[in-house]
Amino acid sequence: MTGGGEPAALLIDFGSTYTKLRAVGLETGTILGAGQGPSTVATDVNRGLDAALKDLEAHLGGLPEFRHRLASSSAAGGLRMVTVGLVRELTAEAARRAALGAGAKLVGTFAYRLTRADLAEIEALAPDILLLAGGTDGGNAEVVLHNARVLAGAAVDGPVIYTGNRAAADEAADVLRSGGESVVVTENVMPEFNVLNIEPARAAIRGVFIDRIVHAKGIDRAAGRFDAVMMPTPAAVLEGARLLAQGTATQPGLGELLVVDIGGATTDVHSIAEGVILHGLPEPFAKRTVEGDLGMRHNARAIIDLAGATAVAADAGLDEARVGALLDAIAADVERLPETPDEHAFDRALARAAVRHAVARHAGTVKVVQTVTGPATLQEGKDLGRVETVIGTGGALAHGQDPAGVLAAALADPADTGSLRPKRPRLLIDREYLLYAVGLLAEPAPDAALKLGLAHLSDVTPQTTGEAAHERAIHVG
Amino acid sequence: MTKAQATPGYDRSAKTLVTGVIGADTHIVGNRILSMALEKEGFKIVTLGALTPADEFVKAAIETAADGIMVSSLYGQGELDCRGFRDLCVEAGLEDILIYVGGNLVVGRQDWADVERRFLDMGFDRAFPPGTRTDDVVRALDADFAERERRSAKAS
Repeated sequence: MTGGGEPAALLIDFGSTYTKLRAVGLETGTILGAGQGPSTVATDVNRGLDAALKDLEAHLGGLPEFRHRLASSSAAGGLRMVTVGLVRELTAEAARRAALGAGAKLVGTFAYRLTRADLAEIEALAPDILLLAGGTDGGNAEVVLHNARVLAGAAVDGPVIYTGNRAAADEAADVLRSGGESVVVTENVMPEFNVLNIEPARAAIRGVFIDRIVHAKGIDRAAGRFDAVMMPTPAAVLEGARLLAQGTATQPGLGELLVVDIGGATTDVHSIAEGVILHGLPEPFAKRTVEGDLGMRHNARAIIDLAGATAVAADAGLDEARVGALLDAIAADVERLPETPDEHAFDRALARAAVRHAVARHAGTVKVVQTVTGPATLQEGKDLGRVETVIGTGGALAHGQDPAGVLAAALADPADTGSLRPKRPRLLIDREYLLYAVGLLAEPAPDAALKLGLAHLSDVTPQTTGEAAHERAIHVG
Repeated sequence: MTKAQATPGYDRSAKTLVTGVIGADTHIVGNRILSMALEKEGFKIVTLGALTPADEFVKAAIETAADGIMVSSLYGQGELDCRGFRDLCVEAGLEDILIYVGGNLVVGRQDWADVERRFLDMGFDRAFPPGTRTDDVVRALDADFAERERRSAKAS
């Protein structure tokens, strides 16, 4: 079938293991078919793409006319970035958030004056992009200029994106260019004290990604075969979440939401929510955090260390010795998938611990401070209490036996009222890992993208009435 | 109310001041009035608000390259909260930053001259008793900044 002549979009993901394709019908927002080929990023991406297209053609019995061909890439470890700022909690943190929001893999964050040791570390990290921030506009210029001078001599291929004090921008750019670095100057990530302005930096990162990284990874050898829109896969996921939350001009979205993505090495959390901040740095409306120490396979031991073996064993209904043995089995074989009931129970407990800690780190906190006039509450970070929807994705949720139980670990805990996590959201699962596809399609075909996303999220909210399913039907219709 | 000098002999808009209420103190009103008054007189103001730990004043001052920090304390524990404030500034490379403190700095009825001396000994450039008018603060800032300009002009 070729979709009966319905105009279609081809979505491509150049991953580090597979080249994945999906054909989506633009009127119905349904998946017409999927195809998969090997990842050939190391040699010629065209080969993987050809194989995947052949696979798709076999499934569909012919290829439809594609109106859009959109690609994302998570290949070769993703977009490796190093950020440099001034004060760790201020411009350094703002730079970090901009990099994560752009879908980068943050490999190093630096603050204050860079030393020779820092420079050596940055060179060893070999980032694809360096993000240089520091100083509010008209504020401290000295440190960002010092850091520009240090970086000017860096043996790093990637360009420097300058997003620091506007007053020092020209001088910093000149210094960096005279050292042979390529420089992109954009607006300050923190133009005024505690004012966050990360969109221009995000846009600059994406521009560099398209210009340089796509070229460096050889993806431009297939460039004639897809449209210019190309983004890092995590950025596509964030865009997908944003569309699902906000809807389009003609269809309402789901409202404020949270996405939890449990992977083998990291757990990513995205929130599309206003939140309320009473103290500290404002939060981006679309915020992404990556917990590099919480992963179901490569970092299973780190999850146990954090959550405690006793607690994880109790949650899994296993004894500690058995948990230790299962952990060893995973460490010995990170490709291992759960088979026995014990393994399933253990994976469920691991995933719950990862979700609980990842969301707690993403969400804001409120604490009671004792003052001489009595207790006062101090809130920091994003209040996600009113978030209406939590979407889960990643292997442990998509293929696990109890996705609702795992995702419920993201919710507010009556025993820990200081953590501002969602209170009573509905729980949805993105079983087919479609959020990135929704994000890719969000710009050229927002209505089809929203339909696609809404139609493929399954509601796992533990409740007796069919309320959520009913609401969803209204959105789709 | 006496008006602060209109032509202070230096550019107020080139001076950035960080304001906030230190420690576990929620009394924001006086600090807000001071911030608004200073802004109206032409200074660039960075407001941190209530419940501000000492290190946050310093961090904000670094990032904004501030020229002065105005610390308020109204709940009687100012002496504890402000201990080591100058050291923090020195540690962060802000040796020469102007620091003022004001409010109900101590509990009970104590001789102001004695209280003032204790805060000056801690490294504050000036300390202000309860009931200080904003104009007095502006005059003090004008005198201190003008003096600093003269000193740096002489040095160069």
